Amino acid sequence: MENDGMQNGNENGRESAQSLAASPLEVHDLTVSYNRRPVLWDIDFTVPEGKLIAVVGPNGAGKSTLIKAAMGLIPSASGYVRFFGRDLSESRQRVAYVPQRTTVDWDFPTDALDVVLMGRYGRLRLFQRPRRADVEAAHQALQKVGMEQFANRQISQLSGGQQQRVFLARALAQDAELYLMDEPFAGVDAATEAAIVELLRQMRASGKTVIVVHHDLQTVQDYFDWVLLLNMRLIAFGPMETTFTNELLQKTYGGRLSLLTEVADLMRHEQRKERDPL
Amino acid sequence: MSESQLLDFFLLRQYNIRVVVLGTVLLGIGSAAIGCFAFLRKRSLVGDAVAHAALPGVAVAFMLTGTKNPAVFLVGAAIAGWLSMVAMDAIVRRSKIREDAAIGIVLSVFFGLGILLLTRIQKSGAADQAGLDKFLFGQAASLVTADVMVFGAVSLGLVVGLALLHKEFKTISFNSDFAHSIGLPVRGLELAMTTMLVLAVVVGIQAVGVVLMAAMLITPAAAARYWTDRLTVMILLASIFGAIAGYSGALVSYLAPRMPTGPWIVTAGTLIFLISLLAAPRRGMVARGLRNRRNSRKTLEENILKTLYQLGEEQGGMFNLRTASDVARRRRIPESQALRGLGLLRRSGFVEQANNGWKLTQEGETQGRRVTRLHRLWEVYLTEQVSIAPDHVHDDAESIEHVLTPELELQLEALLNRPTSDPHQRAIPYH
Repeated sequence: MENDGMQNGNENGRESAQSLAASPLEVHDLTVSYNRRPVLWDIDFTVPEGKLIAVVGPNGAGKSTLIKAAMGLIPSASGYVRFFGRDLSESRQRVAYVPQRTTVDWDFPTDALDVVLMGRYGRLRLFQRPRRADVEAAHQALQKVGMEQFANRQISQLSGGQQQRVFLARALAQDAELYLMDEPFAGVDAATEAAIVELLRQMRASGKTVIVVHHDLQTVQDYFDWVLLLNMRLIAFGPMETTFTNELLQKTYGGRLSLLTEVADLMRHEQRKERDPL
Repeated sequence: MSESQLLDFFLLRQYNIRVVVLGTVLLGIGSAAIGCFAFLRKRSLVGDAVAHAALPGVAVAFMLTGTKNPAVFLVGAAIAGWLSMVAMDAIVRRSKIREDAAIGIVLSVFFGLGILLLTRIQKSGAADQAGLDKFLFGQAASLVTADVMVFGAVSLGLVVGLALLHKEFKTISFNSDFAHSIGLPVRGLELAMTTMLVLAVVVGIQAVGVVLMAAMLITPAAAARYWTDRLTVMILLASIFGAIAGYSGALVSYLAPRMPTGPWIVTAGTLIFLISLLAAPRRGMVARGLRNRRNSRKTLEENILKTLYQLGEEQGGMFNLRTASDVARRRRIPESQALRGLGLLRRSGFVEQANNGWKLTQEGETQGRRVTRLHRLWEVYLTEQVSIAPDHVHDDAESIEHVLTPELELQLEALLNRPTSDPHQRAIPYH
């Protein structure tokens, strides 16, 4: 089995780093803090190629943080992240990131096509204008998410689901191999949800690896092949059948983790005392 | 003021008029263009703080060199402006103070220091101190060729820089995390943007003054946003607005050379903004008001058609005469309102008035049936698909029935399998 030793991979992390040098994403001993309060502890996992992977966990479990830290958008306190066996800066074109829809101002003066075109900017030099081929690729990406007829629509006039599809089209325009999506199903209509699921399956069929932060436990098994259970630390990571179990879910969502939260709070207090001795 | 004086101005007949006009117009263009990004990134007040912070820089530059060389002032202002940026950044990063408070702190501390130094310079009676106070409110009339050369160079630099970095600035302004993820040098680009903002501010303060400089950055951008949904067009429009405002300031400077020009430039800019706020198509208040009026009129008309239709259903005789008070009582609206709606409907041919009442025309009946159908279909949808209790759905349907499009109606019909009656067991009238 190619995936041996990846579940709870703490001690096997180093080993798999060698045997799976070309894994789309390898996270090793990653710890992330906000305001000196750790929100992710010692995360280790190695992602297999060509799978649809859900990142699942309760609110505040650090799901988005994990994605952002992997993309280098927030600093990590320790550990390293490898994309296709290399540093992110060396594999940018192979990785596409889809932020949460609500993190941007949709009243920005631009249209759908222009947003999707941004997906091509990573391939252009500084100062360079998008080429005809880039515009063509943006149109094709819009087509793939069923938004071609809205290409010239001002983005504030799109529905939430349509805005999400524009974001996905932008990632498609990047033509990457690994996709990291932060809650693409949040607040979208049924039609968009179906369209996204269809899109994910097409991506898998063409060999892409997709990691999705997902909130809806009901649909995890239908939509994804693998699951990463997260609650400040990695609970489990593996194929759906062996990982999406009652016992592990209990562990993810149960109240047993309060100790970790308490220690985190404590660390923040200690830090404050050091800086501000009162 | 004589006519020939005005003609002199408009035809740019004199050299010094040309200098002042060119200077303020160039300034207006450059600062408005870079101001668009400050505005879109919701950092409008940062420009204000930088402008105020430039004052102590100018004062220190004068105290150190004792000259009024514009280039020296520029350097002093730029350094102080930069320091204020660094200070704001550090406060936000290293303390729990949020950005708005950090801006307030930096603005007032730097500006206070500037006033203090300015007072000291004036008290010291330095031979050549007169004119430093023009940095407070600006005095375009005192612009000389050297200033205009600087304005021109800086404005050109800003415009060229914005054109070159258009796609990068757009991306970090819209979605900075994404920009980061595709490998854009976000920090470097932000640095470039900040530098451009500081440059625009420090050259502008001679003409507009530190107090009102922010308006040169933000007002044209805010006005331009009303007219367009395209970033390039917005920058272009803002530049034109900035140029017009600058031109107006130059005019005032010419007619009253001792008058501070800042307030006049800002007044002109504000006027443009007010016109945009009111008159812009789609986003402007007038357009919005008209749209609301049209909507509420349409709602009233549709409600009355629906009421006439339902009265016909309940009492029989779809095309019988009904009085305005019948309609008013059934709808629970004032009779005057019912009369107004009936009047509107008569004009569009949906009802006819006979001696003692009103009746539906054929088209009116079709419309009344349509609205009734939409209302009931929506009630069915809410109870069946969204599981809302039947006694809760009426009010929702009252508003939805006016906005459902024919396409959505077809979708609803298909989704619900063309139901025959609503949750209150009333028949749904199809075509």
